[in-house]
Amino acid sequence: MGAFAYVAPSTLDEALAVLGQHASQGRRAQLLAGGTDLLVQIRSADRTPRTIVDIKNLAETNRLDLGSDAIYIGAAIPSAVLNENKELVSLLPGVLEAADLIGSTQIQGRATIGGNLCNASPAGDSIPALIAAGGVCVIAGASGTRELPVEKFVVGVGRNALQPGELLLGIKFKRPAPRSADAYLRFIPRTEMDIAVAGCGVSVTLDAGGTCTAARVAIGAVAPTALLVPAAGEALVGTQLDDAALAAAGAACTAASSPITDKRGTAEYRRKVVAVLCRRAGAIARDRARS
Amino acid sequence: MSKLQVTTSINGEEIDFLCEPQETLLQVLRETLGKTGTKEGCATGDCGACSVLVDGRLVCSCLVLAVESQGKEITTIEGIALPDGLHPIQQKFLDHAALQCGVCTPGLIVAAKALLEKHADPDEETIRYWLAGNLCRCTGYDKIIRAVQDAAKELAHPA
Repeated sequence: MGAFAYVAPSTLDEALAVLGQHASQGRRAQLLAGGTDLLVQIRSADRTPRTIVDIKNLAETNRLDLGSDAIYIGAAIPSAVLNENKELVSLLPGVLEAADLIGSTQIQGRATIGGNLCNASPAGDSIPALIAAGGVCVIAGASGTRELPVEKFVVGVGRNALQPGELLLGIKFKRPAPRSADAYLRFIPRTEMDIAVAGCGVSVTLDAGGTCTAARVAIGAVAPTALLVPAAGEALVGTQLDDAALAAAGAACTAASSPITDKRGTAEYRRKVVAVLCRRAGAIARDRARS
Repeated sequence: MSKLQVTTSINGEEIDFLCEPQETLLQVLRETLGKTGTKEGCATGDCGACSVLVDGRLVCSCLVLAVESQGKEITTIEGIALPDGLHPIQQKFLDHAALQCGVCTPGLIVAAKALLEKHADPDEETIRYWLAGNLCRCTGYDKIIRAVQDAAKELAHPA
């Protein structure tokens, strides 16, 4: 790895001061959370930043709130820690199962949802799940804190909406209403340790009679960024989430996708598989919401 | 660039070291501290040969900056054996011939120890998923799985 400076601020003010200084001088500061993407990337010499700013010592990035109205997941909490919290898993099962798919046990011990989101891979597993669950990024900068829905945070392959001087503190969600649940599925050609060929997150809310009153569907690895598919959600609302409704949502996912052909799969295959994943994830979310 | 001073605990012993910001925990363990039991395989977090515990959490030491270990408790393969001999996991790896070239073995033993601390009686599927990040190109894994199962039994009911 090329040489860089390392700082681990213990307060947000200190972190923002370091980031602001670098931004004003046009120097690249790189945020470090779990490092499972970053350390691999900076071994390629051209990606060496001037300074690494470790955000793991900040209260704001380590906080986990399971409030009566809102849930907040700090950007620096490792996936393994999140998945050991049974209440969080029961509230957002889709987000947590997506996070649990990222890498090995060793990677889980370090990798964070915030990092997966900032890394902005088209195939990042947590991103469609976060979008489906209505996640909102909480971003700190010199002029205060701003919020941005997850579907607007990733702006391109490997590119996010953070401006120089800003950092992602965490992701917040409305606490799911009764009879709500989410689910995430991806397709990989093996059973573990692989990158999604296609992925789909679904979140649904049912009324007492089992009719879907709200739904969000998001797809991954079938476009330059994970996408919210409003037409898929609309296909589910007002239905009992039966096979026909799920198939219609799946067709909307296929229509919204613009995949590439690569060694993991052809564009045609991805368009087809994303519909299957939507149907299956939708059925899982429905069954969870019913139970 | 000036070196950073890091105070950490490695296998229960307080250790201070100096490192460059870009040095990984794996590099410092092997090159600065001479603890060469932890192996480098891929250096990209894919193979698990460099597995260590940081504050009890299983991680790849090739993906941890050494400076990040400030104030942490590190456990490496050198800290696994018991005062009076091998840890049961180590002994069962020998008994079951769960190694050939041995490069993956330290990482697998550290990972297995973390597994058995969390799941005292894991089924085969749990073991296989937990160890999916530890690659072994010699054994075909079956002997490793048997060794871990046997070690779990031994730890639950010491002979």
